[in-house]
Amino acid sequence: MTSLAKPLARPHAEEHEDPREHLMHDPLPRGKMNEMVMEAMHETNWKFWVVTGILAVLVATCLGYAWYYLIDKGLGVAGVNMPVFWGIFLVDVVFWIGISHAGTFISAILRVLKVESRRPFTRAAELMTTFGLVQAAISVFMHMGRVWLSYWMAPIPNERMIWPDFHSPLMWDFMAISTYLLCSTMYLFLPLIPDMAMARDRSTGWRKTLYKILGLGFRGTEGEWKNLTTAMNLFAFAIIPVMFSVHTIVSWDFAMASRPGWSSTVFGPYFVIGALHSGMAAVAIVLFLLRSTMKHYKYFIRPEHFDTIGMLMLLVSMAWAYFYFNDYIVPWYGGDVWDKLFQEWAEKGPLWYLWYTMLFCNIVVPWSILWNKKWRRTPWLLASAGILINVGMWLERYIIIPEGLTINRMPFTWRLYIPGVEIALTVGMFALFLLLYMLASRVIPLIPVWEVQEGQEAHLLRKIGKAEIPTLSELE
Amino acid sequence: MSTNLELPMFTNNSEAELGGRWGMVIDKDLCTGCQACVAACSMENNVPFVGEEDAGYGRSMQWIRIERLWEGLDGDYREVKMTDYQPLMCQQCHNAPCEPVCPVYASVHSMSEDLNLQVYNRCVGTRYCANNCPYQARVFNWRDYADYRETNTADNDPRWSVFQNQLNPDVTVRRRGVMEKCTFCIQRIHQAENQAKAEGREVRDGEFTTACAQACPANAIVFGRIDDPESMVSLAAETSRGSRLHEELRTMPRVTYLAGGA
Repeated sequence: MTSLAKPLARPHAEEHEDPREHLMHDPLPRGKMNEMVMEAMHETNWKFWVVTGILAVLVATCLGYAWYYLIDKGLGVAGVNMPVFWGIFLVDVVFWIGISHAGTFISAILRVLKVESRRPFTRAAELMTTFGLVQAAISVFMHMGRVWLSYWMAPIPNERMIWPDFHSPLMWDFMAISTYLLCSTMYLFLPLIPDMAMARDRSTGWRKTLYKILGLGFRGTEGEWKNLTTAMNLFAFAIIPVMFSVHTIVSWDFAMASRPGWSSTVFGPYFVIGALHSGMAAVAIVLFLLRSTMKHYKYFIRPEHFDTIGMLMLLVSMAWAYFYFNDYIVPWYGGDVWDKLFQEWAEKGPLWYLWYTMLFCNIVVPWSILWNKKWRRTPWLLASAGILINVGMWLERYIIIPEGLTINRMPFTWRLYIPGVEIALTVGMFALFLLLYMLASRVIPLIPVWEVQEGQEAHLLRKIGKAEIPTLSELE
Repeated sequence: MSTNLELPMFTNNSEAELGGRWGMVIDKDLCTGCQACVAACSMENNVPFVGEEDAGYGRSMQWIRIERLWEGLDGDYREVKMTDYQPLMCQQCHNAPCEPVCPVYASVHSMSEDLNLQVYNRCVGTRYCANNCPYQARVFNWRDYADYRETNTADNDPRWSVFQNQLNPDVTVRRRGVMEKCTFCIQRIHQAENQAKAEGREVRDGEFTTACAQACPANAIVFGRIDDPESMVSLAAETSRGSRLHEELRTMPRVTYLAGGA
């Protein structure tokens, strides 16, 4: 009894942090915060323009010229051959769709679950979704033999009454990606409206005109907020199944084919998790870049946010490992001769090191870094882990697509794939992604200011006796 | 109200499997691997030459290829046993995996001929059909091989005009970015059918044949109507030596390989 009578020691007292380390408990006046975001958007230095210039040159040469060259000469300038009819282009498609997944995942799922630490980085993640999908769409078009006829995949009425064939997984893909692009763009735009209105009231010249259009005359009345919140809630719930469906359908491009290594029933969830794996890691990289380059963003993006992302990365990495194991062990146990050949080819073939690098980057790296809270809260470390995870996930797709195609049921045709102009195009696509992101950072606030302010109003530090207790009031 | 609890029966639909219209029998024991069929096919169907470099990288566009498969390569080649040559072209599957995956209906089934056809003008080059073909029978126009200016440095090299002049006017010349494959010489089939129709009769067995079968010096390739039980191809296919490639995939190919005979 005596022991119970003692005051309970605070659990984890040694880990007790100042609540003001959290963005939500460290409020700034609204005007000040708006000013900070506007300043980060307006002020550029020479370094920004140098990087933009380099990226623009890379886009013009590696993407623009190389793609022109590819269209002009035909796919012979790429590395695709028989039997590897699909090469790095498709690797990039899957990779970029994967990247684009995390944006929506973070934004929609964390919004639905009301995770408060999401507030400052939802926009950065959503923007990644939209730009990632742009890259994915570009890769699809680069992959096509006659890209100038790609509109034949759209159900456009024509005098011959030829519809696209909806039996084809590629058609499902086409529909899924366009739906997702549309939904995610709208979902990006909705929370942007109040910030556009904020920017409209604080800018002049062409910016004023632009924000006036994008702000849709938002004034911040009760009714407008109500409508906006309803629309955002609807979208947040509706976009989650869309997001799951998109990457499942992407996986069906492979799983529906009757090929060893492809025809797998677990590919749907496996690809969704794989997409989240690379996407989460990409969010970590983007947040690190924003924090270290954008003015005032150290206030908004804090170690606690890297902590949240880091935990999600670890969780997703474990889920990925589970699905990979599942996708590996069932064909292995099944003992189908072609499946076995493919597995042996990936592990012991001339490209064995890719397989080991993939496992190292996707499992060993996150599991050895992200368990530690201190390391999770170190932005550069998390971003480095993110880069490695993305390398690993890119290799995973590489192993599935070009390496998987190397092995087929006609051993006479087995042949290695040596990438050609795809490499330049991939570099160009990364440059375009960064370029789009950098240009967007000049035009739209990458921090949803109103969401941060809303959160800060709900979070209060209440003084009870001498202690300050963080509290959160229900908003909706 | 009663529920039908009867399980659907997946029966071997031999009628569909053995049906079809045109078929081929290839005797691997007779094949000498001389590649005459490959050359004849290329001449007949305007299959372009891709050059040494591209051919070495797996881009040769042969609609029929001679597969050479070895056994027992371990050790010092002592145990090397070369198996039969295996001429391989599109197997004209009744249940073709390449057809449903095309998003634009470029890979289609001809209901009247029960052949698998490729509509070159419709193809946009996604190459999904080639991935899904278990026989790897499809070839892709990686470059504008048919355009001699693309494949040759000298614009007015006289050798190329020769190649241009030998093109078969009955067959489309394909451009870059388009998938293609063996058609069982559909132009010959149509010609024979038109002729027969004009004369008010059926196409006779052996009246015409495909370019590969015509060129084969060992008569290893037999082509004809498989819906006619008396035709040479039907009789040859019914021997106990016959088998089809990857029958386990239920693609119902129309090409029968004979092997293991005396």
